[in-house]
Amino acid sequence: MPMEFINKKLNKSTKLILTLLLVLACIILTYMLDKGIIGTSYTVRIVRIAVIYSLIGVSMNLVNGFTGVFSLGQAGFMAIGAYCVGIFTIPVDARANVYYLEPISDKIAGFVLPFGVALLMGGLLAALFAALIGAPILKLKSDYLAIATLGFSEIIRAVIANEQMWPITNGSLGLKSIPGFTTLFAPVLISAAGITLMVLLINSSYGRAFKAIREDETAAESMGINLFKHKELSFVVSAFFAGIGGGLLATHLTAIDSNQFKIAVTYELLLIIVLGGLGSVTGTVISAFMISFGKEYLRFFDAAQSIGGWQIPIFRPGLRMVIFSLLLMAVVLFWRRGLMGRKEFSWDGIYNFFRKWPWRFKKLMRGDYKTEAKTKRKSIAAGKAIDSAASKSKRAGRKADKTADREKKKEVKADAE
Amino acid sequence: MDASTFFQNCVTGISLGSAYALIAIGYTMVYGILRLINFAHGDIFMMAGYFTIFAIVDFHMPWYIAIIFVIIATVLLGVAIERAAYKPLRESPRMSIMISAIGVSFLLENSATYLFSGLPRAFPELGFLQKVYHIGDISAPIVTFITPVVTIVILIALIYLVNHTKTGMAMRAASKDFEAAKLMGIEINHIITITFVIGCSLAAISAILYFSPRPMVYPFSGLMPGLKCFVAAVIGGIGNIPGAVVGGFIIGIAETFLVASFPSLSGYSDAFTFVLLIIMLLFRPTGLLGEKIAEKV
Repeated sequence: MPMEFINKKLNKSTKLILTLLLVLACIILTYMLDKGIIGTSYTVRIVRIAVIYSLIGVSMNLVNGFTGVFSLGQAGFMAIGAYCVGIFTIPVDARANVYYLEPISDKIAGFVLPFGVALLMGGLLAALFAALIGAPILKLKSDYLAIATLGFSEIIRAVIANEQMWPITNGSLGLKSIPGFTTLFAPVLISAAGITLMVLLINSSYGRAFKAIREDETAAESMGINLFKHKELSFVVSAFFAGIGGGLLATHLTAIDSNQFKIAVTYELLLIIVLGGLGSVTGTVISAFMISFGKEYLRFFDAAQSIGGWQIPIFRPGLRMVIFSLLLMAVVLFWRRGLMGRKEFSWDGIYNFFRKWPWRFKKLMRGDYKTEAKTKRKSIAAGKAIDSAASKSKRAGRKADKTADREKKKEVKADAE
Repeated sequence: MDASTFFQNCVTGISLGSAYALIAIGYTMVYGILRLINFAHGDIFMMAGYFTIFAIVDFHMPWYIAIIFVIIATVLLGVAIERAAYKPLRESPRMSIMISAIGVSFLLENSATYLFSGLPRAFPELGFLQKVYHIGDISAPIVTFITPVVTIVILIALIYLVNHTKTGMAMRAASKDFEAAKLMGIEINHIITITFVIGCSLAAISAILYFSPRPMVYPFSGLMPGLKCFVAAVIGGIGNIPGAVVGGFIIGIAETFLVASFPSLSGYSDAFTFVLLIIMLLFRPTGLLGEKIAEKV
């Protein structure tokens, strides 16, 4: 008999050391990227985007993956955060240049907030809007939330570009000269803090209630979980961090306009969380990095390519996005778990994964694999046989019942006659 | 607003509402049976607009053949989407199938951008439809007058189909209880295909009627009408065909009058629809004509 593989657990202290080492490695990596020791400024840009998208992705996963409520308003909440940071952090002397078509409203003309305060305000404003939308809708079936949030994010865009808002948002001209990040540490730390807070929420009793709602609303309600309160909490927290993420994005880009917050952004985020696994924080972070790097390095799909002077006809603008939407379809249809499913990264998982390799290798050498497969097949066959026997006996039983029924009926008939 | 402007707006609003109603029927029927918000429906509508352009501008078809061509092409597209993206997920959680619907919507928008370029394309004139017609002070292209008539005729035909034919009975059964309908020997896949055929052909007709008085089609022109028509279906009571038509009329007329009476608010006309949705959900979540369904365990 081949030996069964037993999952072993690591010591708690070992795990702590490993975690600290990982954090240290991340800090060193960030430092090296920041100082230009590794990578170029282009890599730094992509890492910044990836980090910001991780935060927004996790915030979306909190609602969609952990609470099971389908919300599609992330782009709208991002726009609120981004515009808050944009409007209040542009230096006063640069404002005349930005608002050149229509002067900025007098009330906010001389009003500048520090980046942190503006960021927080953006998040809070997004959360407020979420609370307002959620209050009437989350009491009902959550299907309507998808449409209402999708509509909301389009409305935010329309309002920003609307004529009456020009003195504040600069309308379709967008905002520019937003002071950018000076170090890579700022976005990394803010995102890490945001994700940590959400992980703490998920691991708390509230998080367990979220998961219960995701699994079965009726059952969760009968266990005494207030459905509306928890859904609203998860929705508002998610909007808050989406707003923060939008603010970070505005600072990263230094120029924004309402077209950058189209519904397509929400769909891309959906791709990130579905690919990473609905209900997995680490999966979301991994896939945010994958998609951000993929999006940059697959840019050649959009440019015309030629082999020896012959231009390949399929390479033209738009192909990249077609590929990404096909990827979303493929993941949903054929690989619904995504990268991580609902699992999280754990040292035990990694440890056992690597321990399994030599074991598998040894078994392969010994030829145990074949025998094991055979025994498995045999046992499956045996199981099937038992099943079929059982069903046969059941069928026989049913037949007996039926004949008994028929006889009874006959008797009744005879009695009636 | 004087009388003639009022009537002019009435005509425009009713016409827009009828076009919305036709799309909303597609949403409401699919939702009634599959409990799925078919996010791709607005994009199917957009593709029908492009098909019309190809048929008339690129293939030089006469308008009556073009209409048939557009309907057939749209139906094929819709049924193909159902087979490829929705059917494999029938047993899986609701969220997966909704994500799949969004994936289709995303794919259609991006493919349209890729294949037909992001630039708007001019919508061709369809024979006599664009001829301007005068009744008293009101003047509008013929298509504006035809649209409500077409919608009403289709509505009557659909009500007959649903209430008085075997297929209709199967549809009602499937929307009441999917599993029980299956056990009663109803070919559920067949019924779903029929639903998509009806929904998509109505989307195609609606695209022709909706885009005719408008100048352009672009890859995202199905997005907003799609969302609005889902709202229309909710307002009328989701799963209810006459309700969808009522909802479509309400949204079309309200939108036209909002823009006409408060031109400064025209930027918010889209927002208005969603405010309407939220008000509706607050006071009558089952919609105007919908019936209350208890949530079963």
